[in-house]
Amino acid sequence: MDRFLFLTFDGLSRGAVYAAFALALVLIWRAGRIVNFAQGAMAVAAAYVAYSVTAVTGSYWLGFGAALLAGLLLGAIVDVAVMRLVDHRSPLNPVIVALGLVLLIQAVLGMVYGNEYLPARTPFSRSALAVGGTPVLSPYDLFVFATVGVVGAALVWIFTRTAIGLRMRAAAFAPEVSRLLGVNVGGMLTLGWALASGVGALAAMLIIPTELGLHPHAMDLVFVSAFTAAVLGGLDSPPGAVVGGLGVGLLLSYVSGYAGGDLIPLAVLALLLTVLLLRPGGLFAPVTARRV
Amino acid sequence: MGGDLLTAEALAAGYGPVPVLHNVDLRVPTGTIAAVIGANGAGKTTLLRALSGMLRPTAGRIVFDGRDLRGTPVEQLVRRGVAHVPEGRGVIGELTVAENLRLGALWRRDRAAAASALDEVYQLFEPLARRRRHLGHQLSGGERQMLALGRALVGRPRLLLLDEPSLGLAPRVVAQTMALLRQLCDDTGLTVLLVEQNVRSALAVADQGIVMSLGRVVLAAPAARLRDDAELRHAYLGF
Amino acid sequence: MSATRASAPPTRRAAVDSTGPGRSLPTLVRHLAVAAGVALLVLMASYQLDSFRNFQLATVAAYLCATAGLTVLTGLCGQLSLGHGALMATGAYTLALVQNAFAERGLTAGGLLVVSLVVAVLATVVVGAVVGVAAARLRGPYLAGLTLAVAVVVPALTVTFDGVFNGEQGLAVPVAPAPAGLGSYFPHERWQLWVATAATLLCLVLLANLVRSRYGRCFRAVRDDEVAAGLAGIHVARTQVIAFVISAGSAGLGGALLAVLAQSVSPGAFGLTLSLFLLMAVVIGGLGRLAGAVWGAFLLVALPDLTHSLTNLFTLSPATAQRLEGNLPLAIFGSTLIAVMIVAPGGVQGLLSRLTRALRARWPAGRS
Repeated sequence: MDRFLFLTFDGLSRGAVYAAFALALVLIWRAGRIVNFAQGAMAVAAAYVAYSVTAVTGSYWLGFGAALLAGLLLGAIVDVAVMRLVDHRSPLNPVIVALGLVLLIQAVLGMVYGNEYLPARTPFSRSALAVGGTPVLSPYDLFVFATVGVVGAALVWIFTRTAIGLRMRAAAFAPEVSRLLGVNVGGMLTLGWALASGVGALAAMLIIPTELGLHPHAMDLVFVSAFTAAVLGGLDSPPGAVVGGLGVGLLLSYVSGYAGGDLIPLAVLALLLTVLLLRPGGLFAPVTARRV
Repeated sequence: MGGDLLTAEALAAGYGPVPVLHNVDLRVPTGTIAAVIGANGAGKTTLLRALSGMLRPTAGRIVFDGRDLRGTPVEQLVRRGVAHVPEGRGVIGELTVAENLRLGALWRRDRAAAASALDEVYQLFEPLARRRRHLGHQLSGGERQMLALGRALVGRPRLLLLDEPSLGLAPRVVAQTMALLRQLCDDTGLTVLLVEQNVRSALAVADQGIVMSLGRVVLAAPAARLRDDAELRHAYLGF
Repeated sequence: MSATRASAPPTRRAAVDSTGPGRSLPTLVRHLAVAAGVALLVLMASYQLDSFRNFQLATVAAYLCATAGLTVLTGLCGQLSLGHGALMATGAYTLALVQNAFAERGLTAGGLLVVSLVVAVLATVVVGAVVGVAAARLRGPYLAGLTLAVAVVVPALTVTFDGVFNGEQGLAVPVAPAPAGLGSYFPHERWQLWVATAATLLCLVLLANLVRSRYGRCFRAVRDDEVAAGLAGIHVARTQVIAFVISAGSAGLGGALLAVLAQSVSPGAFGLTLSLFLLMAVVIGGLGRLAGAVWGAFLLVALPDLTHSLTNLFTLSPATAQRLEGNLPLAIFGSTLIAVMIVAPGGVQGLLSRLTRALRARWPAGRS
């Protein structure tokens, strides 16, 4: 029972990060109908920026801020310098270009920092605090929950309460009409990319220290897990991404706790396959019209 | 007032290599309603799209309020005082009524004026006020028409480009819409260029009828003449 | 000479001898003629080139199976697969396991390699069918995501089940030497090139015929408009599964050939990067044309080689050199891919056909 409780909290903490990362995927999907396969690589790049900044200044928090900033910037750059130039008539094209970005970013990181695992620091202890004699949550887990919660709330606020959020939603749903109403659609798309990439960078900062460390490929499996989470929730649904992320986190935590960490990749694949076969639209899929 | 708010000279436009508009001339005096009428495929919608810059004209000039409109980005159009309500009305179904209307006023710096314009629209279109929180795609056709029109009016445009406002609406609603346009023109000095297949109801309120066929303007005449001159009607409109 | 027969069986010879190349020839005969010509060229080249080049050419042939399969799937049927590296791994590991099983039982005859290759292809076809059935229900990003998961997860399985696959170490692949009939000093690389070329040409002839067949037309119809294809009576899902299975089989053959060439398999060689490389090669070569797959396969072998010589031009510290060597090809590949997608979505082959068309259009005009 103790173990179950511990694994549950551990899974929720992981799941919160998956949720954030899945949310970033959903953001770009809603804004431009693109699944950003380069998101993992972009997030790792931001985490490397944090590593350098922390190495120079000695401050975790300066590095943390630098990662967020780098994420935002990288997202905007990728949209303006690459994605906007791609012919979007075939849905394959943006995917292929994103994969090109994956190769490019990972290769550049490998050239600059090397292909070895670098240690990644955490700002708080990762040893679990005991509640009533049972170890459940570490201070770092609390930090993860708080950060993801704040980011989620901020996104909800931006999209539902602010004028810029309204513009972003309008630009995503009806670009042509939005332009006629004076909305700078291209700018909104870039902003969407920046936001999503910033959230992705945050997720990378949170999860990398809990795994093997910093590596150009550090987010590969995280990306697959988060993609699974996003698909589980339905790519179009932000709340779905959060629920999906927590669900995937819990599942993986139980699998690694009860069956062994080696099985995590297999579990992710099995889950993704199951979801796609049983409910390809995700748990929160709206009814879609048949495309003729 | 007097003078032409909008003129187009020798306008040509098309999609890719396919030319649609040829040498289109038209003038719309300030405070009047001009109805562009013609059969399917005459180039009416293309004309509107070329005027608002959604489709880049290949030749010709568009002058709005004394200044060339070409080269103005579509996003800047509302700021110049031009509102374009596209075909199918362009209500954003995923946003609520209130959000759709807010969107129409977002570009305005003067928040107070925007708020009062919003109130006016709610007064003008009673049903919208009742359905503020409903999503766009939950509205009926007539309500969507109101919403699209209202959203354009929130921006206090000087020129309203309307594409097929009667499409799919009940005759009574069409009549109401047309009457409202007439009233707005008379009261506020709004200028309207509307594209219609419903010739009778369009000519009933318009000052000027512009008949298009195969991408050319074949006749521009006072609406009253088109309405009353049976011979002209037979020749150009087929009824 | 038995080797000649391996790359160009007598039936193909006969076809070439009896009829010259011409437009009216049946597709199969034309393709066989081209294959025989290529086989002859490779045969001659194998005597001219040194061992290393022979080996490289053999590697090109192995990659070509996979890129050609991917071209059929992505270029013709419009399904994106990021998992072909994993399918190659399936073929390679199957071949390794079968060869090892033969070796344990003391069976070392060279002909058994054909059996192993066939088993490897069959195993990949089964895996491909499983993924393909799931894939047929998926569109664009979902399919890409699923195959990406396959590409990330499958190499990890070798560690999970290290009892069978021997973890990161991988397996050795015992391969019989060249037949004694060729002489005792016959270079092993030349023999490898012959084997790889024979298998690849067989695979390509089959694929080329498929492309021109009813199935090929169905693939294209499904790619261009699924709904319209469905309304025209094409079973969309079945067509997609068939395309996936065929493509998987080709990739499996490619992987098995790679295993034969390297005489070992390890998960490191079949990671996500390989899958991305394959896609890259196909896109840069030119999607939708089998000729593009040839360009892609050459690129896959030539580019790392080029960057290697490039880094050798500069005097670098060993650590820097190592970093550059591993990553520079990736960076070049990635940026080329992005550039190609933006500037010339038709790839190399698309550029070539545009060029020839432009030349043809100009010549008659110039004469008149």
